[in-house]
Amino acid sequence: MGPRRGPRFVRRVVDRFAHSEQEGGDVWEAIQLARHQDRPYPLDYIARLMPDFEEIHGDRLEGDDAAIVAGVGRYHGRPVAVIGQQKGRDAQDRAFRNFGMPNPEGYRKGMRLMELAAKMEIPLVTLIDTPGAFPGAGAEERGQGGAIARSMLMMLRLPAPTVAVVIGEGSSGGALALGVADRVVMLENSTYSVISPEGAAAILWRDAGKAKLAAQAFKPTAANCYRWGIADAVVPEPDGGAHTDHDGAARLLDGYLSRTLRELGALPVPERRRLRRERFRRLGAHRELPPDSAALMAQGADRAD
Amino acid sequence: MSRRPISVSIDRLRGRRPVPSPAKLPGDDRECPRCKSRFRADEMRRNQFVCAACDHHFPIGARDRLDFMADGGDWTEIGGELRATDPLRFVDLQPYPDRIRSAEAKGNTEAIVCAELRLAGQACVAAIMDFGFLGGSMGSVVGERFAKAADHAVARGIPFVTVTSSGGARMQEGVLALMQMAKTIVSLDELADAGLPFVCVLAHPTTGGVWASFASLGDVTYAEPGALIAFSGPRVIEQTTREKLPEDFGLAEQQLVHGHVDAVVDRRELPARIGRLLAILQQPPKAQPQSLATQLAQNGTDRAASMARALPQLSKKLMDRVMGEQPRRPGDRW
Ligand SMILES: [Zn+2]
Repeated sequence: MGPRRGPRFVRRVVDRFAHSEQEGGDVWEAIQLARHQDRPYPLDYIARLMPDFEEIHGDRLEGDDAAIVAGVGRYHGRPVAVIGQQKGRDAQDRAFRNFGMPNPEGYRKGMRLMELAAKMEIPLVTLIDTPGAFPGAGAEERGQGGAIARSMLMMLRLPAPTVAVVIGEGSSGGALALGVADRVVMLENSTYSVISPEGAAAILWRDAGKAKLAAQAFKPTAANCYRWGIADAVVPEPDGGAHTDHDGAARLLDGYLSRTLRELGALPVPERRRLRRERFRRLGAHRELPPDSAALMAQGADRAD
Repeated sequence: MSRRPISVSIDRLRGRRPVPSPAKLPGDDRECPRCKSRFRADEMRRNQFVCAACDHHFPIGARDRLDFMADGGDWTEIGGELRATDPLRFVDLQPYPDRIRSAEAKGNTEAIVCAELRLAGQACVAAIMDFGFLGGSMGSVVGERFAKAADHAVARGIPFVTVTSSGGARMQEGVLALMQMAKTIVSLDELADAGLPFVCVLAHPTTGGVWASFASLGDVTYAEPGALIAFSGPRVIEQTTREKLPEDFGLAEQQLVHGHVDAVVDRRELPARIGRLLAILQQPPKAQPQSLATQLAQNGTDRAASMARALPQLSKKLMDRVMGEQPRRPGDRW
C-alpha cells in the first residue's frame, strides 16, 4: 500500500481510534454505534446535502424495493446520482424497509440509476448500511447473486467519479454491491465486514451467542479497514457519534464528499477507470514462494495424486 | 483386492439434495450417497468421480479435474507460487494458519488451481476451484490466482473458463476476503475489453460471494447435475425466514428452470461441450500480409501504399492507424 494523501484531521481521527484499538476493547462498541437506531440513514443525509432530489422507484421488472433508495439530486450546483441502503427507525418502518436488507429488485433499481449516470457522466455517491442482502427463497429465484455481481461490474465501468461511503454497518456482498468506487470511505463509527458478527458466530463458533467474540476476531472498525487499504479515508463524526447530531454528521460528510468529487473530476475518463480497476486489483494479502520451491511443491502435489 | 461387482440400484430421482460428504468406507472404497452403490477407488477415477449407477456427481479435487479435462491430461499451472497469509491473526475454534496447514496436508496448495491447457483442441486458461481446500473459500490467494490467470488469458488472447465449487468468501480473512469478489469483477472487465469469452461451470456447491461475483457473470454458464447454486444457503434462509424449502431448492435443475444457467451438463461431457462452444466463438484468423505495400495496395489506399513504400519499417500500430483499424483500448466504452 502506498502512502495516502488526506487531510490532517482525518489522520488525527485514525490515530486516536487506532490507539484505543490496540487496547482491544472498542470493537463491540463500534458495532453497536454503527447500528444505532438514531444514526442518520441515506434519506437523512440526502435531505441535508441535496434539497432538490428526485427519487426513482422500481426495477421495471418485479417491483420496488424499499431497502434501497436511489435518485438524482443537485449537489454544489451539479447533478449527482445517489444510491443507499435505507433502514427504518420504528417497528413499522423497519419492516417496510426490510431492515435494510435489499432484494434483487433494489440492486436492479440501482443499476437503472447507474445507466443514467453512465449516459450523462454524472458522478455516483453510494451510502452503504446493511446487515447483508436478504436471504430468501424468492430473492434467490429472482437472481440475488447475479444482481449483486452485475451491480459491481456496472459500478466499476461508470465514467464519472464514484464515491462509496459506509455510513453504518457494511456487511457481506450485499454491501459490496454498492462499494466498487474510486474512493471508499467510512464514517468514524461505521464497520465493514465479510459477514455480520451474529452470522459469523453461527458459522464459525456454531453458537450465535458468540457474536462479541466474532466481532473481536474480525475487527471490522473504520480504523482497521483504513490500515488494510479497504477504506481510503475515515470521515469523522460529531462528538458523541453521528446519532447525536445529524446536521453535524452531514456537514462533516459534505466536506469530504465535495472535495473528493472535485479532485476525482479532474481526471480524464480512461485514467479514472484504470485507477479504479487498479485500486481493487491490489486488495488482499498473500505471499509468493520463491519460484523453484513452488515448482517443487507443485510436483510433490502431482505425485501425491 | 478381489473384484466385487458394482451393485446397481436404479434410483434416478433427479434434483434430490445430495449429501456433501459421501460415506468413507474401509480402504479407498466409496459409497454413493444417493443410490448406495459401492465403488473401488480406480472405478471412481475411471468414471471421473461420477456414480456409474445413478450419475450422482461426487466432489472432485481441482487437480484431478484438470487431469480429466485437459487434452492428454496436460496442463501448466499459473500462480502456483501464491500462498495465504494471516492478515487478521484470526482465531475461531482453531488458528487460521493451522487450518491452512491441515488443508495443505491433503495435497492441494489453495482453493483454486489455474492453468493453461487445451480443451477438446481449444487453447484456454482455466481457473478450477477445490471444495476440499477449506470449503473452496475465496480468500486473497484465490483472488490473486484468478487475476493472474485472467491476465495470462488476455496476454495470450485465449478464452477463460472457470469451474466453481465454493462456500463463498473465506471468513478467516475478514473484509479482505470480501474484496476478492470485486477483484474478480475487475478481471472479467479486462477479459471483456480484450474481447475474450468467459465460460462458467458451476459445480456443487457454488454459494455466497463466489455466486454473487464472477460465477454468475459467465457469457455461457453450465452447471453440473445436482449442484447447489445459491447466494444464501438453504439453512440460512430457513433460519431467517422460517420458510420450509423444497428438497430441490437451488439445485442446478431448478436454476435452469428459473433462468440462471444455460444448461445442466454431465461432468464427463464438459470438455467436449466447452470445446465446441469455444470453437463456435473462435474469430477467423487475421490474414498475415506478405508485405505492407502489397496489402495496402490491395486495399486501394494509394496514399497509404506510397507511405508504406517510403517507410518499410512502418510499425503495425501505425499501419492500423492508416488503415483506420484502431485497436480497441480500455476506456473506449463507458
Ligand atoms: Zn449412485
